[in-house]
Amino acid sequence: MKNTCVLLTDKQLDLDVCNRFVEDPKCGGISIFVGTVRNHTQGNAVLHLEFSAYNNMAIKEMQKIADRAMTKFSIEKIAIHHAVGKLKIGDIPVIIAVSSAHRNAAFDACQFAIDTLKETVPIWKKEYFEDGEVWVNAHP
Amino acid sequence: MTVSVLFFGVSSDLAGRASAEMELKEQADVTSFKSQLFSEFPGMKNLSDFAVAVNEAYSNDSDSIKDGDEIAILPPVSGG
Repeated sequence: MKNTCVLLTDKQLDLDVCNRFVEDPKCGGISIFVGTVRNHTQGNAVLHLEFSAYNNMAIKEMQKIADRAMTKFSIEKIAIHHAVGKLKIGDIPVIIAVSSAHRNAAFDACQFAIDTLKETVPIWKKEYFEDGEVWVNAHP
Repeated sequence: MTVSVLFFGVSSDLAGRASAEMELKEQADVTSFKSQLFSEFPGMKNLSDFAVAVNEAYSNDSDSIKDGDEIAILPPVSGG
């Protein structure tokens, strides 16, 4: 039985799919982080976002995070899903779901996974404003 | 030897393309690749910080490069 589920998709992410994947009778809890598209950046109104990825490597790096979380924390299952393509305000670019026998491991693993994803997974966000667009964190 | 180069994020704007083929000298490593990259794509000098992936894995400067490798230019990531 596979304990990790990694997905990179241009379709809408599904919270239920992540939740169901990590459900397990051995677990006392599930921790879920849901990223949502914010309508502003440093005071500027964001119209929408676009995520692009180095697909094959992104999936490998997401799998590494899932595998490391399984080793590092006492958790049962972990799902890491990320969306690519155009996302509107309020849409969900990322979901991390973790189940564990005791809650602390799930909280810790969930935070570890999202923090590491933001550092290592080759995905880039472009923000679109009224007056133009900009790659995030990539000001030359 | 020939390698394929992929430009992601802002690097595709700076290079003016999403991919390219480059001819490297034998015994190239990531350091020599980068200096050749800067001469063939001068716009890349404006990217102050980026990582290089070789065959879908993060590389170190001393890693060697082989014929046919896929090399990717990765600006600071911003997923999540």
